Amino acid sequence: MTTVGNAAETRKPVSGLREFWHYFSQNRGAVLGLIVLSIMVLIALFAPVLAPHAPELQYRDALLRPPVWQEGGSWTYVLGTDAVGRDMLSRLMYGARFSLIIGAVVVVLALLGGITLGLIAGYFRGWVDVVIMRVMDIILAFPSLLLALVLVAVLGPGLVNAMLAIALVLQPHFARLVRAAVMAEHSRDYVTSAKLAGASHIRLMLVTILPNCLAPLIVQATLSFSSAILEAAALGFLGLGAQPPTPEWGTMLATAREFITRAPWVVTFPGLAILITVLAINLMGDGLRDALDPKLKRS
Amino acid sequence: MALLDIRNLTVAFDTSVGLFKAVDGIDVSVDAREVLAIVGESGSGKSVAMLAVMGLLPASATVTADKMEFEGKNLMAMTAQQKRRIIGKDIAMIFQEPVASLNPCFTIGFQIEEVLSRHMGLNGRAARDRAIELLQLVGIKDGADRLGAFPHQMSGGQCQRVMIAMAIACSPKLLIADEPTTALDVTIQKQILDLLVKLQADTGMGLIMITHDMGVVAETADRVIVQYKGHKMEEADVLTLFENPASNYTRALLSALPENAVGDRLPTVADYNFAHDLGAGQ
Amino acid sequence: MSTPVLEVRDLKRDYVTSGGLFRPARVVHAVKGVNFRLEKGKTLAVVGESGCGKSTLARMITLIDQQTSGDILIDGEKVDKSHGVTKAMRQKVQIVFQNPYGSLNPRQKIGDVLSEPLLLNTSMSKEERRQKAMQMLLKVGLGPEHFNRYPHMFSGGQRQRIAIARALMLNPSFLVLDEPVSALDLSVQAQILNLLKDLQDEFGLTYVFISHDLSVVRYIADEVMVMYFGDVVEHGTRDEVFGNPQHAYTRTLFAATPKSSVESIKERLAKKKALAG
Repeated sequence: MTTVGNAAETRKPVSGLREFWHYFSQNRGAVLGLIVLSIMVLIALFAPVLAPHAPELQYRDALLRPPVWQEGGSWTYVLGTDAVGRDMLSRLMYGARFSLIIGAVVVVLALLGGITLGLIAGYFRGWVDVVIMRVMDIILAFPSLLLALVLVAVLGPGLVNAMLAIALVLQPHFARLVRAAVMAEHSRDYVTSAKLAGASHIRLMLVTILPNCLAPLIVQATLSFSSAILEAAALGFLGLGAQPPTPEWGTMLATAREFITRAPWVVTFPGLAILITVLAINLMGDGLRDALDPKLKRS
Repeated sequence: MALLDIRNLTVAFDTSVGLFKAVDGIDVSVDAREVLAIVGESGSGKSVAMLAVMGLLPASATVTADKMEFEGKNLMAMTAQQKRRIIGKDIAMIFQEPVASLNPCFTIGFQIEEVLSRHMGLNGRAARDRAIELLQLVGIKDGADRLGAFPHQMSGGQCQRVMIAMAIACSPKLLIADEPTTALDVTIQKQILDLLVKLQADTGMGLIMITHDMGVVAETADRVIVQYKGHKMEEADVLTLFENPASNYTRALLSALPENAVGDRLPTVADYNFAHDLGAGQ
Repeated sequence: MSTPVLEVRDLKRDYVTSGGLFRPARVVHAVKGVNFRLEKGKTLAVVGESGCGKSTLARMITLIDQQTSGDILIDGEKVDKSHGVTKAMRQKVQIVFQNPYGSLNPRQKIGDVLSEPLLLNTSMSKEERRQKAMQMLLKVGLGPEHFNRYPHMFSGGQRQRIAIARALMLNPSFLVLDEPVSALDLSVQAQILNLLKDLQDEFGLTYVFISHDLSVVRYIADEVMVMYFGDVVEHGTRDEVFGNPQHAYTRTLFAATPKSSVESIKERLAKKKALAG
């Protein structure tokens, strides 16, 4: 019996994580994004410990105090206070929780919906595919914010409804991606082999094909995360998302509109927070694409 | 003077598991009017060595050599601009997947004329006429009609002919063919190999044939270099190689050919001990 | 005469490309009426170039695609895909594909790849499946340490071994091998061919071996069938076909195959010298 003693054939198994990190770390921006995002996550997790004040607490004697580096500011309220005397820094820290949770929930919902529809459309083709994709096209044709507005207007304002609306709007992107990936993988030999071994449709879709479509999904999910935060902020800004006194960054922006000249810090810091988070996530998403793509090219 | 003279070429890649030497200190030389075959299995570095000469390797590759000369000129000391005047004009290369090697968005006429315009300065009518002439040379008879065709409209064999036409457009002194017939059917393979050998005989250019198929080597080569994992195992003229191979690895390759099967089992490369041959090939 | 393992009667496959507004529908006859019988323990080689219909034929007898007309009989029983493929039918025939890099699920460990057919078709316990899978893995020349690895950690030759092991898990009546060694290096090819021969001797396997490489066919086949544009142009024992090819296409095919014998090299060099000198 021939045994494979040929040294040419045995390869040292490389840990997938280590390989991933090698490609990911080559993109400096991505690593920076990862660091910033990790800091955000830590802040969100430990907000009760880190924040100097409670976010809802109103200090009647410290209305619209400027940040510490400006005249009139103090170290008690490092980034100043807003119109009803709440500490900006604490509100921003607690706000991180909301933004990250919004991003996570919205992405998970959109993923679930998008994967299901994309799988069914890409696997069965025919009229099922046509119907599903046309519905997706219709959703995509609407300006996303407008659609979210309509939904929220129907369902009523509030953070949960806002999240549902945004998830619906983001879902077609995932559906399309999954459908394309499923169609590409469906004709591969290993799927035929699984079919020949007796795999049912469900097993083929979920166990055989889906795990191989994950790479583009992961990249899209990262980018959708930042979109979700922005959309939630926009809805909050319009008064249709999180309702005051929730310290969500978009809502904070909305209530601070009028102070843009008088007390610019009340508007600037929530805006900066959104900007930094979204930028970090997008940079990370780029790095993820670079890291996952070479693996796609290999075998 | 040798047309291409390379001494101690090493190509190392920067990978996630460290530095990987695809080519480890090999010597290659080709004269005009000569067909050199570089034969090896996958991972032997045969393609990488020639891609290094052409300058077609990615940035993660480090190329070092004691000597890399073409017609006496040092390729490593040249500026990118000087090199561009030689690569594609005096040294040409054709690749394995003919349909994928042509730009799918442009007609083959455009692609051939692009080469002519870039290196020979031909344009318009002159370029078109020369393109038809080249297609004739490579065996595509209705050249004038074919100029407007796209790569996906042509068969693999025809695309390879177009590639060869592009390669010989500027009458190169050296043609490197990297597994040109691996992706083609057997009957088409014979036609393409015959074409290459004929062109080589007619123009007197040097031809380097990279392949893993010993049959192709037997049918085309004058001299052969056998490579294994980046090392040169043996170099000999074709008759000596087949009749009386010096390296155990060559012996192993030859006996693994199904047509050389003796008895019921095929001896495999693993059955031969050629570890001591590594680095001894000369 | 004992029942042939595989019998094919007048098998045809047409592909209809639906016409558009301005084009009539076109019919491509991929396979135009193929007949053959295959006895147990034998290897039938199907030879031809791209477009000759050999892969289409393979897909029909493996019950992947439905034939347009004609009968397929496995172990004497007629098999018809149109009524759905039963578990029993599925266990009779398996296939090994050409491309070792596409035939294994990149996200599935080798142990799972081998146990899957058993999971889906038998009621064996997890431990039993694992044992059987491990046995087969060792049988094809790999080691127990490979059981929990992913496909990308293996070379082309090793993957083909795994593909062969997977195909044998259900003890099929016959095995279809669609150019199993074409994508492999010469030395690895030799190992796989040896493995196939050993398995055939040990288990009495029957092979339908599809290839375009005549030297491989000559080594492994008992019977040879040459196809050209959907038709069978030559069919006989290996010695008959190689010794005395009847059809012009077969002769062209043989003439085009590169010869690596010392005599032919000497001949070529002499001719070259004569032309030059």
